[in-house]
Amino acid sequence: MADETQNAAPATPAPAGDRPQSDRPQGERSQGGPGGDRGPRPGGPRGPRPQGAPGAGGQGGRKFFRRKKVCKFTVEKIDSISYRDVRLLQQFVSDRGKIIPRRLTGTSAPFQRKLTKAIKQARAIALLPYAAKY
Amino acid sequence: MNRSYEIMFIVRPDIEEAEIDKIVETFSGYVTNGGGAVKQTEKMGRRRLAYTVRKFNDGFYVLLIVDAPASLIAEIERRLRVSEQVIKFITVRTDEEEKRVAKIKKHRDAHVKRSAQPQPGSESTPEISAAAEPEADAPAAEAAPEPATTEA
Repeated sequence: MADETQNAAPATPAPAGDRPQSDRPQGERSQGGPGGDRGPRPGGPRGPRPQGAPGAGGQGGRKFFRRKKVCKFTVEKIDSISYRDVRLLQQFVSDRGKIIPRRLTGTSAPFQRKLTKAIKQARAIALLPYAAKY
Repeated sequence: MNRSYEIMFIVRPDIEEAEIDKIVETFSGYVTNGGGAVKQTEKMGRRRLAYTVRKFNDGFYVLLIVDAPASLIAEIERRLRVSEQVIKFITVRTDEEEKRVAKIKKHRDAHVKRSAQPQPGSESTPEISAAAEPEADAPAAEAAPEPATTEA
């Protein structure tokens, strides 16, 4: 995706491990470079401000940022998420098969929990992979 | 006390359709004999599996929606596990979820009715009785601002 390439370019030397934007209470989280999660734990500055540093993340997976992303389920009034509708679930799963965090999809917390449960059920019945081959 | 379940299982791909039908009937028979009721069966057809299961890359999916007591489900799971043709299965309990969804739908329908009949005077009695539910219905009892906000 175009977002990834332009995010990687202007980034400060991220693999060095000292990203100026995200505060890292746990000292070293050397995840081998590709900036998976920028600043995992601090909830405050990280969560509701995805405009922050698109340059720091967005190198490993399909991580792109949207302003004020809304929860798809509350907008479309979808009540229940079944493990059977694979197409819906695939929107919330990365290309490696991992569940995308809700700060990227904008899903609200209760629906993210239901979604996670449904994805894990779908994985159990081989509708979704546990880990997709690259 | 019958609870509703969804049982989905995958049958090996290298057996014939007739055999698959027989398997489905066998398990439906287990359900009915044990005191349950099969509400729906669905043969979802052959699909590619997301990962290799017992050296198979695709399988035949079958879905059973049943009402059954819990002890019967344990027995069915045991039989599925033992059966040679079934390579994977999952049972999901659905009655709590159905209750929750029905409750949400009921709330939503109550709102829609109020906005569909735009006479606040004549509709005041059913509104008040429907507005006995505590959440969020108090502002909706005034039907005037409601039609603007619910579906137009």
